[in-house]
Amino acid sequence: MGADLNIILPEILLSVFAMLGLLVGAYGGKDKWAPMFVWATSAVLVATAAWIGLQGAGTARAFDGMFVDDGFARFAKVTILLSAAAILLMSEGYMARRDLLRFEYPLLIVLASVGMMVMVSAGDLIALYMGLELQSLSLYVVAALRRDSVKSTEAGLKYFVLGALSSGLLLYGASLVYGFAGTTLFSGIIEAAQGETPVGLLFGLAFICAGLAFKVSAAPFHMWTPDVYEGSPTPVTAFFATAPKVAAMGLFARVVHDAFGGVVGDWQQILAVLSVASMFLGAVAAIGQRNIKRLMAYSSIAHMGYALMGLAAGTAQGVESMLIYMAIYVTMNVGTFAFILSMEKDGAPVVEIDALSLYSKREPMKALAMLVLLFSLAGVPPLVGFFAKYSVLLAAVEANLVWLAILGVIASVIGAFYYLRIVYLMYFGAEESELDKGGSGVLWGFLVASAAAMVLGVINLFGVEGAAAAAAATLVN
Amino acid sequence: MIGLEHYLIVAATLFVIGIFGIFLNRKNVIILLMSIELMLLAVNINLVAFSAYLGDLTGQVFTLFVLTVAAAEAAIGLAILVCFFRNRGTIDVEDVNVMKG
Repeated sequence: MGADLNIILPEILLSVFAMLGLLVGAYGGKDKWAPMFVWATSAVLVATAAWIGLQGAGTARAFDGMFVDDGFARFAKVTILLSAAAILLMSEGYMARRDLLRFEYPLLIVLASVGMMVMVSAGDLIALYMGLELQSLSLYVVAALRRDSVKSTEAGLKYFVLGALSSGLLLYGASLVYGFAGTTLFSGIIEAAQGETPVGLLFGLAFICAGLAFKVSAAPFHMWTPDVYEGSPTPVTAFFATAPKVAAMGLFARVVHDAFGGVVGDWQQILAVLSVASMFLGAVAAIGQRNIKRLMAYSSIAHMGYALMGLAAGTAQGVESMLIYMAIYVTMNVGTFAFILSMEKDGAPVVEIDALSLYSKREPMKALAMLVLLFSLAGVPPLVGFFAKYSVLLAAVEANLVWLAILGVIASVIGAFYYLRIVYLMYFGAEESELDKGGSGVLWGFLVASAAAMVLGVINLFGVEGAAAAAAATLVN
Repeated sequence: MIGLEHYLIVAATLFVIGIFGIFLNRKNVIILLMSIELMLLAVNINLVAFSAYLGDLTGQVFTLFVLTVAAAEAAIGLAILVCFFRNRGTIDVEDVNVMKG
């Protein structure tokens, strides 16, 4: 028992921190603590990430295999915690100026992060469900954080209804899998799902995949994404676009490899179809968008398509490329949202991309950093975003999914259009933009750091490749 | 004799009614919450039926977790709905349309 608790110590400590913070916030001066909470929470998240990252290699299983702590889980957890901390730091100024900085916000982010950590470590259907719900319930609340805005509450409501629907689908699949495998443990399911699989198990797998596709916002289960991204406060949108996506992809990889690793052919088709649909829908539907938050929503749908392509390969190389893709995607999105958060006119947030015309004359450095990030998002060589796409395409080709890789290349060419249009507006627009100059140092720092990472990362990807390979090797064997 | 398949058919029927309730309902968001609850309860019937059939307690433990989470989910859903009603003055599904998706 003591050894079990030791394995989930990071999760326990983060939960205790969140509950203590709740008590302090509720009994002591409410929101006057909020800025301090944000800084303290970011520090705690970074410290936890460092702690998990520096833990040695090896696989530990707690509670009879319900909770797995292996290299794959640690890689995903470090990515999740660092991106959550980065988003928190970026949101402090934005939320304080709009009177949105309540003490619940950082605490809900911590609880959501705990849920995500459980998700990527799940070794059992019950652990999977509890982690997923802890994450989702926290996210429903932060989506509706701006209580006096119709858009924000509508975003929360839509996210809630569709999120609950997806949980229901996932749960129905879980019940079928339990019934036909006779156990909820992934290690037991993988023994039942070998060779001639019972039809009930396949039904369960399909339902679970549909539920998880909702969470990663893969087409055709993406319809909540644009509205929720548009309606939520921008820092919350930035959070939605980063950590929860990593967690959901991590959980996806865990379910298909840990529980259904014996029937690769059965889920490969599902993932390939989801991947193609997401890539094309994200690329085509973003073209008409004038609102940059909606545009980023379609962009994230397309990016999830590429990550799913890596997963669809069904090999260790595929999981490795998916992890690399997610790490790079999160870095790019942190920088892009730092830019979006700094788009203001007379102190009010602006989300129309037309407001960016000739931005390069006003803020040459910021425009240049954004140009690098947009090129990287589009996958233009030699930036890091290109290597992300290259690795998933390579994994698909090596798994004999050449058609999938070709469709991926076509979709990325279509998708490049809307990224390049923003670049065009910034450098060759018609009239000069009237966005505010300057802006917060934190946002500037994250924007430049992220853009610099996209350029300097081409040397060795900062060692992410090796870490991802080691992580993938623990999941697929 | 009532066997496993009867329970599964009831659960599948309730689940499908729940899904249709979400997609066909044009009137009221509260009905959406009821449909979601119906789906989760259908899953619970499934889990308990399998648990009794297999003679394995895990399914019933799972059911208790699902019930607890469903209660929390309903509480959060109603809270968001109250905020939405204060801003919009209506809870008709057709009026949840400030943003076009």
